[in-house]
Amino acid sequence: MKFLNKHRRLVIAALCVAMTTGLAQAQNVLLWSTQASPVNEQQAVRDKVVHNAPQAVEFISNQEGPYFTRLNAEIQAGKGQIGVLGALHGQLASNTKDLHDLSQLAKDLKISPNFMKLGKLGTNEQKYIPWMQATFIMVSNKKALPYLPAGADINALTYDQLVQWSKNLAEKTGGPKFGFPAGPQGLKHRFFQGYLYPSYADSVVTEFRSAQAEKGWQMMVNLWQYTNPASTTYNFMQEPLLADQVWVAFDHMARVSDAFNKRPNDFVAFPAPAGPTGRGFMPVLAGLAIPKTTPDRAASEKLIAHLMRPEVQLATLQATNFFPTVATTIPNDVSEAARITGEAVARQASAKDANPGLLPVGLGAQGGKFNQVYVDTFERIVLAKQPIRAVLDSQAEALRKIMQETGAPCWEPDKVSAGACPVK
Amino acid sequence: MKTPVTLEQAQLRTRRVLLIGGVLATAWILLPLYFLLINAFSSPETVSQFPKAYWPEGNTESMAFLLGFQGVISALINSLAVAAMTMVISIFLGAPAGYAIARYDFPGKTSFRMLIMLTRAFPLPLLALPLLALPLAVFFIRHGIDDTLWGLAMVHSMLALPFAVLITYSLFSGVPVELEEAAWVFGCNKWQAFTRVVMPLAAPGLAASAVFAFVISWNEVFAAAVLTIENRTLTAFLLQSLNTSPVYLKFAGGALLVVPATIFMFLIRKHLFAMWGISNR
Amino acid sequence: MSSRWLPYALIAPVTVFIAALFLYPFVMVASQAFTGSDGALTLAHFRTMVDHWKFAGALKNTLWLAAIVVPLQLCLALALAQMVTRLQRGRDTMLYIWTIPLGISDLAAGIIWLAIFEQTGFLNTLMMGVGVVNEPVGFLGYANLGTTLLAVVMAEVWRATAIVLVILVSGMGLIPKEYNEAAEVFGAGAWTKFWRMTLPLLKPSLQTALILRTILAFEVFAVVAVLSGTQFPVLMGETYERQFTLQDSAVASAYAMVILGISIVSTAFFLRFLRTPEGVRA
Repeated sequence: MKFLNKHRRLVIAALCVAMTTGLAQAQNVLLWSTQASPVNEQQAVRDKVVHNAPQAVEFISNQEGPYFTRLNAEIQAGKGQIGVLGALHGQLASNTKDLHDLSQLAKDLKISPNFMKLGKLGTNEQKYIPWMQATFIMVSNKKALPYLPAGADINALTYDQLVQWSKNLAEKTGGPKFGFPAGPQGLKHRFFQGYLYPSYADSVVTEFRSAQAEKGWQMMVNLWQYTNPASTTYNFMQEPLLADQVWVAFDHMARVSDAFNKRPNDFVAFPAPAGPTGRGFMPVLAGLAIPKTTPDRAASEKLIAHLMRPEVQLATLQATNFFPTVATTIPNDVSEAARITGEAVARQASAKDANPGLLPVGLGAQGGKFNQVYVDTFERIVLAKQPIRAVLDSQAEALRKIMQETGAPCWEPDKVSAGACPVK
Repeated sequence: MKTPVTLEQAQLRTRRVLLIGGVLATAWILLPLYFLLINAFSSPETVSQFPKAYWPEGNTESMAFLLGFQGVISALINSLAVAAMTMVISIFLGAPAGYAIARYDFPGKTSFRMLIMLTRAFPLPLLALPLLALPLAVFFIRHGIDDTLWGLAMVHSMLALPFAVLITYSLFSGVPVELEEAAWVFGCNKWQAFTRVVMPLAAPGLAASAVFAFVISWNEVFAAAVLTIENRTLTAFLLQSLNTSPVYLKFAGGALLVVPATIFMFLIRKHLFAMWGISNR
Repeated sequence: MSSRWLPYALIAPVTVFIAALFLYPFVMVASQAFTGSDGALTLAHFRTMVDHWKFAGALKNTLWLAAIVVPLQLCLALALAQMVTRLQRGRDTMLYIWTIPLGISDLAAGIIWLAIFEQTGFLNTLMMGVGVVNEPVGFLGYANLGTTLLAVVMAEVWRATAIVLVILVSGMGLIPKEYNEAAEVFGAGAWTKFWRMTLPLLKPSLQTALILRTILAFEVFAVVAVLSGTQFPVLMGETYERQFTLQDSAVASAYAMVILGISIVSTAFFLRFLRTPEGVRA
């Protein structure tokens, strides 16, 4: 009681604040996103990307949990504040039926047809506009280059050569120096779906438990022996790279950008390695969508149009290290990270044995479970050291169930199927 | 036969042991905080390097960035407001309930106690609120309470109430009934007996509940991130992004989140300790 | 007789509050755990949960962690509470410092202890500086589950002992000094005083502290996630993963029910084991 009396003024101030909030709502468009979540990237987006949009923009970046909860709450309640969604392909897929058709908006944009098709999310409406793209590449500290196996070309490595290289590093530099983003927020499932499987089995779903897939996992087990064990805590590889804990790493290009921006002369970027069936790689695609509960559809559309302008796409590149989806030339001085990683990505895409995979389509809300099959397989085989054949067989069951429940047809590199993609 | 030790010597030895123990415990608490400060006030390069330094560099770059982060100050005020409201609500609702289960035996008492336990036992705080946040948010949006500080304070109070009820219960049950009855004999009515005899003795429980309510509200991140948009709290603003932010910002952000709560506890410590009656006993 | 209605009047506000803001959403979430996709009652979600290869590990880890941390914190908090009531100089400052971790969220605590235990962290710096090791030791990471567990235990003890301490100190403040003096007059030693006098009088506070702390221990998540990544599954982490990464709210609810179940069991245990005769009136 005494406390309340003594701090009467504070209490009254608090109550006033409480009662007046919610009354003066600015006419903002709310851009509700899962991207650009590091604090410095959020600020960069506010300062460089949305500051000159036609209408004031509130950009809020969230972890998946609050992102989905708020979005689903607004959809269930039938009204909300979210104007535009900015999220990854897989995340937008979970809410496919709650998104407006953006075909009108997409008409004049110069975006690759492959991406536009992904943006339909398996329907015949344009559910999202491809916003920005990235992919996974490999990074190496220049200190590690002398340890490459004889005859290896860093721009055309094979996985076996990568294992040998990591072995050399582990044995001759006093400890394992290869790093892999196996932490809880690492994007490791995209590695297995887009890099490992296409390179070894030439398939992501159908040949999930084939003998070739077994070989790929065996390679991972071997590689893991020479991997820094702290990898299970790594979400972004730029930190261990900058701290010299890891000399060679594999990660999403936006998550190694700090290393290139801070010490561009110490690191090189190069394409992912190749396996027996080619050099698999997969794009990471973020899209812009408008939920059906948006308070002002016209304003939302104007914001999307703004974000797709070439200058704004380049500003987005500087802020988030995601590349534009709109066809535009990228000047050399955007940022060190953009320049270096951009070159590596180009080399990867134009490699003679390139074997691109597409993002999963048509999985809807089961996308998360689909990814989990690959993550579980990794954790059971590589971390828990369970026998490869047994794990593949049991995980194939789970995969088959998901494909049958969703009825999703195969996508590249799997061959086209009539009906649900089979798991042999 | 042991050498006889005078009472004074024994007391001195006890006091010395206590002091050493106390100092060790204090160092144990302070050392990790000191490390946090070192990292928060060092340049980004220093933070990633090894071996670590033992002194902070005095570089305020990271802290300055965070303080200039758009909306940080208003988020700070929002957090304080919500936490203050949570304190008030949970004590005014929780203390009477704690008194009731301490003093009265009534049909439904066990069910009520189990209800309180249930509220606490169902994984609620921080990350488990996610499961409940969806229906709550739907309810809030439908009824126009969405994006208000007091709406969030109500949700936080729900988290804090079990603490308030249980802690005040344990304090009230420690106050002998005879004291109250004696007060009645001397002419006080129930209310007077309560405020003049029971309350001062149970005040430590109220203080502890207040502290818990404040801290729970301050650190709660999930509901805040879902239920407030324009009026975000500091934790909703910063905390969830910290884990994906570069390491030097992680520490600066951590320090920024720790400091206000620490200052609050410092400001009310005199009330806390007076209420705890430690100085008087 | 107004006295008959008084207790109900006192608990009414809390009950209404909880019913609206907790019971209603809770029933919705709980029913998800038991409802199949066709709307019928089913245990299928529980079966999915139990069959998942990480479930057994998560349950074991959560229980073990609680079993280690809670008694440790209880002893530590009792010792600290004793110190606080007996100390004279610097008591206020010490108590204030000991309760600072209360204000630190578990994610922030995880970050702090990561700075200590990581490969380039302070512990390694210290050990190398003193000469105990020649190069940094990897404490965390999947190859060192033992030291990871140690790091998690230390972080949790550091962070959450204050919770128990605050409750115990409140309770201790009620024990009149006269009891202590009386005990000394009768020649009781320090240990006897503590065991026979202080502890029994502290029962209500002990009960509350243990119930609350144990329930919180079953919900441990952020500290484990920061320090061990995905290597040390705990029930809360799996709940979160189910709900958001896998968009499987039914199984997430099932996990939540499991946590609820073990919390109820432990609460019932403490209620019975630390039962106190109350000053109760009819």
